Amino acid sequence: MKQLMSFIKKEVLHIIRDKRTILILLIMPIIQIMLFGFAMTLEVKNINVAVFYEYGDEMAEKIIARISASEYFNIVKSIDNINDVNNIFKTEDVDTVIVFSHNFSKDLYNMASPSIQIINDASDPNQASTVTSYISAIISSFQNDIILQTKPIIINTELKMLYNPELNGAYNFVPGVMALVLTLICAMMTSISIVREKEFGTMELLLVSPMKPAYIIISKIVPYFIISTINLVTILVLAVSLLDIPIKGSLMLLMAVSFLFIFLSLSVGILISSLVSSQAAAMLISGMGMMMPVMLLSGMLFPIDSMPKFLQVIADIVPASWYFTAVKKIMLEGQGLINVGKEIIVLTFMLFLLILASVKKFKVRLG
Amino acid sequence: MEQVIYTNNLTKKFGAFTAVDNITFHVNKGEIFGFLGANGAGKTTAMRMLCGLSIPTSGQGYVAGCDIVKEQEKIKKSIGYMSQKFSLYEDLTVWENIKLFAGIYGMHIKDIKKKADVILNILDITKERNTLVKHIPTGWKQKLAFSVAVFHNPKIVFLDEPTGGVDPEARRQFWEMIYSAANDGITIFVTTHYMDEAEYCDRISIMVQGKIAALASPKELKDKYNAKDMDEVFSKLVEGTYGVM
Amino acid sequence: MVKVSNISKSFKDVLALDNVTFAANQGELYGIIGPDGAGKTTLFRIMTTLTIPDNGTVYINNRSIIKDYMEIRKHIGYMPGKFALYQDLTVEENLNFFASVFDTDVNENYDLIKGIYSHIAPFKKRKAGNLSGGMKQKLALSCALIHKPEVLFLDEPTTGVDPVSRKEFWDMLAGLKQMGITIIVSTPYMDEASRCDRIALIKNGKFLHVDTPDNIIAAFNKNLIAVTASGMKTLLNDIRKCNHITSAFAFGSEIHALIDDYNNIGNVLSYLNTMKYRDAEIKIISPNIEDCFIWSK
Repeated sequence: MKQLMSFIKKEVLHIIRDKRTILILLIMPIIQIMLFGFAMTLEVKNINVAVFYEYGDEMAEKIIARISASEYFNIVKSIDNINDVNNIFKTEDVDTVIVFSHNFSKDLYNMASPSIQIINDASDPNQASTVTSYISAIISSFQNDIILQTKPIIINTELKMLYNPELNGAYNFVPGVMALVLTLICAMMTSISIVREKEFGTMELLLVSPMKPAYIIISKIVPYFIISTINLVTILVLAVSLLDIPIKGSLMLLMAVSFLFIFLSLSVGILISSLVSSQAAAMLISGMGMMMPVMLLSGMLFPIDSMPKFLQVIADIVPASWYFTAVKKIMLEGQGLINVGKEIIVLTFMLFLLILASVKKFKVRLG
Repeated sequence: MEQVIYTNNLTKKFGAFTAVDNITFHVNKGEIFGFLGANGAGKTTAMRMLCGLSIPTSGQGYVAGCDIVKEQEKIKKSIGYMSQKFSLYEDLTVWENIKLFAGIYGMHIKDIKKKADVILNILDITKERNTLVKHIPTGWKQKLAFSVAVFHNPKIVFLDEPTGGVDPEARRQFWEMIYSAANDGITIFVTTHYMDEAEYCDRISIMVQGKIAALASPKELKDKYNAKDMDEVFSKLVEGTYGVM
Repeated sequence: MVKVSNISKSFKDVLALDNVTFAANQGELYGIIGPDGAGKTTLFRIMTTLTIPDNGTVYINNRSIIKDYMEIRKHIGYMPGKFALYQDLTVEENLNFFASVFDTDVNENYDLIKGIYSHIAPFKKRKAGNLSGGMKQKLALSCALIHKPEVLFLDEPTTGVDPVSRKEFWDMLAGLKQMGITIIVSTPYMDEASRCDRIALIKNGKFLHVDTPDNIIAAFNKNLIAVTASGMKTLLNDIRKCNHITSAFAFGSEIHALIDDYNNIGNVLSYLNTMKYRDAEIKIISPNIEDCFIWSK
């Protein structure tokens, strides 16, 4: 135990002495969250809107006038034929279509709850959701104004997202950044710190000592486990406080899944370190080999459903895509243990395989 | 006699620490000049300044007629450099290394080919022309590295511990190459930890704690310090003077 | 004791060690002497249980490097080729760490390293990366000794170190030998051979001689002469052209040459005199280890 403690102390010293790296490790998640967060919530402007309504419909025209008056929207087209609505996204430069129901004003006066349908091109999910909330806000303020004049009225606002019905992507960057940061720190830093000992020849000394290989591995894992946990908490706090993204599901479950993923990434790092013998190679493999798949295949940037079949298969092998899905379900959708059971089982299975492989690969002698 | 290297109160400080302390010396054309000293005595720092890789804190120096402060790029064209640690690219073939280094100095490919044939013939490794450098024995590697360092006919060649770890026979063959290069008028500036090699030099300087403690021919030094060989001279000069750095 | 029997080791098509056998006794200072690439490091890695040989056996105090490697690792000290220290840790932190790796602490065996560590103790707060070569060497040796090993393996501890520091280092080894530690040390410097009890000369993976330095020198059976004259630079080539000289190399301020028969020294001298070397001198000399190495074939 004393051996292990002094080994861990040594690792902590290595990390503390390298001020630049530790700073990067702690600040990186903050910067990523800010970058993604602000890039995604940038206000939308000059949205091209097409409308479908019955000419002369007083209320509909009033609402359209209000929308048009807003700095965000340009009314570019009035659609004559209801059948053209779905095609207009392909034929014209239109982002949103607003469809007023038949006899809109009349229904409104008769308290018959007329409806407005907002149809969005959701292939840019972030813009689509912003647009929707702006239009909804305009409609409800209009509603309130009328209430003041007459009796309460009800307008049903109906949403329709074309091309990406579940609005994947709006807040996906949060689980995405979590997967990215944890992979990076756990896999890359662990593998580099082990491989560095190989390069400097100190691994030779450690192997020649009676130090148990398990101790070497544990002592490499502990400091990065701590840093990852700090990062995890940083990301969650920033997401909730700064970006107003609520954690809908159980925080306990979210942390549990995250720890599972941290261990998984740590064992990936150890496996990488047993395969290569230079820091550059470790960095390349964990960087290119781990980060790129996390960014491209986890669903963080592109929805997996719309990928070609073979990429979907590859995405299934990437642990981060399972973690990503689990976090999305727990954090953004508020789902419980039962619904992320599959992800947890797959991640546990992968962890088991990786530990087995890295224990087998870790050499008690030189190659 | 033409002085190929000439320094005047050359000094280099790193913060409070003076690595090279007011050294003044010269090296004649065609001379084999041994540059000795204990580890940390300032040899490497001095050599870096002479090669135009590091700017002196004060003092002047001229190498091949160029100012080591103002004409660093010009110096690099007229010197050759070889060290034990880095000399050739291990993952390139013999020919590729020659082509690369000669090309760096702007030699024409036709001249490179012609001269390479001659050199490979002298070294007796013509058949290894397309072998990766990592696959040729250490002794040959050092000799090849030297040939590459003088390939572009530099005025001076700097050799930083060129024979470290090389087997005794190859080490001597290496020195025979140095002799023949010196014979062709190339000035040799060499550091070594083998004291028998110090005897092969025309003149030797011994650095102690950043200063040149002695500078003369091996014979003069042995007479002056009443020593049987250079090893004894070195010990008498260096012993007890360090341990701080 | 260390008993190495008939070990061979190949890396792909390169034979790094070719049927090497030797034994070092308890408390002996044993030198493995040869140039870079001769196979010294491979041999050390095999003896320290880091690499498994293709053939042959190695026993360290009757423990097999294959079966009992964990036990061996508790009782040996090793200093690899480059000074393997943590550059970003201080002198003190390095020493404490290696002590705890062997489940001991610095005070327990401080007597053993006192003579060596006291040189660097004033700099114990300095990072290992900022030490000079000689000091790194002392720290690495202290770290290798901290658990009072039975056998100490030092792979090229003096390479690239200046002659005075080298002498100091060998004095330290002599002190450790006095304390009963078996030391196996490798070096490319032939002049260090005389500091060893026994030596093995290694070249291209093969042992040329295994004996005490004196016996190796006594067994030299060729006629060796030393030649001096003014004009040493040309003398070497000229003397090689002489019929009675079979081989010649520069040795410091002299040329060492093999002559077919000592009776021909006069002939060689007059050959040199007829050329430009009027002050040529020839002496019969006994060889040093370097002579033995060069002319071992």
